Amino acid sequence: MVLQAVFFYLFAAIAVASAFMVIAARNPVHSVLFLILAFFNAAGLFILIGAEFLAMLLVVVYVGAVMVLFLFVVMMLDVDFVELRQGFLQYLPVGALVGIVLLVELLLGLGAWVISPDLAGTLPAPAPAAADVSNIRALGELIYTRYILFFQMAGLVLLVAMIGSIVLTLRHKPGVKRQNIATQVGRTREAAVEVRKVETGKGI
Amino acid sequence: MADLWADYLFPFVIMLAQSVLLLVVLLVIVAYILYADRKIWAAVQIRRGPNVVGPWGLLQSFADLLKFVLKEPVIPAGSNKALFLLAPLVTVTLALAGWAVIPVADGWVIADINVGILFILAISSLGVYGIIIGGWASNSKYPFLSALRSAAQMVSYEVSIGFVIVTVLLCAGSLNLSEIVRAQETGLASAIGLPFLTFLNWYWLPLFPMFVIFFISALAETNRPPFDLAEAESELVAGFMVEYGSTPYMMFMLGEYVSIALMCSLTTILFMGGWLPPVDVAPFTWVPGIVWFLLKSLLVFFMFAMVKAMVPRYRYDQLMRLGWKVFLPLSLAMVFVVAAVLMATGWAP
Repeated sequence: MVLQAVFFYLFAAIAVASAFMVIAARNPVHSVLFLILAFFNAAGLFILIGAEFLAMLLVVVYVGAVMVLFLFVVMMLDVDFVELRQGFLQYLPVGALVGIVLLVELLLGLGAWVISPDLAGTLPAPAPAAADVSNIRALGELIYTRYILFFQMAGLVLLVAMIGSIVLTLRHKPGVKRQNIATQVGRTREAAVEVRKVETGKGI
Repeated sequence: MADLWADYLFPFVIMLAQSVLLLVVLLVIVAYILYADRKIWAAVQIRRGPNVVGPWGLLQSFADLLKFVLKEPVIPAGSNKALFLLAPLVTVTLALAGWAVIPVADGWVIADINVGILFILAISSLGVYGIIIGGWASNSKYPFLSALRSAAQMVSYEVSIGFVIVTVLLCAGSLNLSEIVRAQETGLASAIGLPFLTFLNWYWLPLFPMFVIFFISALAETNRPPFDLAEAESELVAGFMVEYGSTPYMMFMLGEYVSIALMCSLTTILFMGGWLPPVDVAPFTWVPGIVWFLLKSLLVFFMFAMVKAMVPRYRYDQLMRLGWKVFLPLSLAMVFVVAAVLMATGWAP
């Protein structure tokens, strides 16, 4: 237990510090790298509470894929954060409002657990005890039975977003030569090569 | 105090000793697969390969190590120094971290965790950071282009690797790597009434298309030829490693070969029955599991080396096409087919 507490404070402290550095770093690439560090520590916190599947998913999906693309974009665009900070005071009230709303919601949600600890047991579908079944089985049993509709709907929303982004960005410029593998492979010697008799001094 | 020792320190010391043992053995093996890689490449091209240092050049890798370590590291003036030195460290650390969950024989694993395969997937997807950070921190054109290329490449091939792993998981019914190997103890061979032919049990046969996709994706994931676009020397000089020399360069190379070894052993575990003997009769079952594991991994590495020697490098758009238009639909369809077959026949574990 002591060890868990030590690691909790370690991960939490690094997560908060690197989250602060995300907005404090001057270089946008450094910001993204600090964000990756924050994700890592969040994954560590997940492991501490026994949610190893979520921890791995966080690393695979966010750190392994989303942040790579993010870093890609930040490097390519060469964003100037000093310029972005120009309007800092202007956006401060809106930002503060969003922050306060989130904080109050979190406090209300977690406060309810503290005020009546048995509330967690009255949730619609209580999660199976972590010791009995593995994470993945527990998640699977809930997601694919009770919450199948929400799961499918989330998937559908993502599919729509994916198709939408492809439709918005896909452009076929006329006059651009494209490689068509099927026609390339389907070419025969007869269709491609023509042998002509060339007489000396005449040309074709 | 006794509790502290028994609960925390003693397991920690044991784990540390196991890790050091694995590390030493792994690094020696890596030194020799590097040598083997060069020898195989040379043999295909009818050259001799490294043959000067030690008998048949067997000590060549160690000579290279000494040479790299003794050279002066040069850090370009325009580079981002901290990130420039962080990148090779990230590469080598992540490559070594993946080995924590690899079972080299029955029970011979440092961390026998439930989500072992996901851990490997996570670690190998992070390998790209070494390349991106190194390419960007060098503050130079070729490394930067290489970083961009490899970012896109890694993300593309992870998707199909993920689906391949899903099909294996569907058959094995566990994400624990040891359990995946144990699930391959029974299968097709018992079904056709020849239970001693255990090599027919392994997943390479029922999931053969996925085996091929996984092998090719592993080549792409480890930046091996023919997918070594990140360091294509004929166009990008050496890609993200242009500005690196001496020890940092050596760490990149080491990380690369350690992750190649990791991918070879992962192929062994997922598709070739890990430590299980290929034929379940007397002389074969006497051989310890670690030997079978090593032999199978080396066989996969031999295929890696032959591919490097024989196949010309892919063009970038061909690479993307193969990943997104061929492997992704194929592996997605196979996930569906495998799941349907398992459900219909009731073979699902």
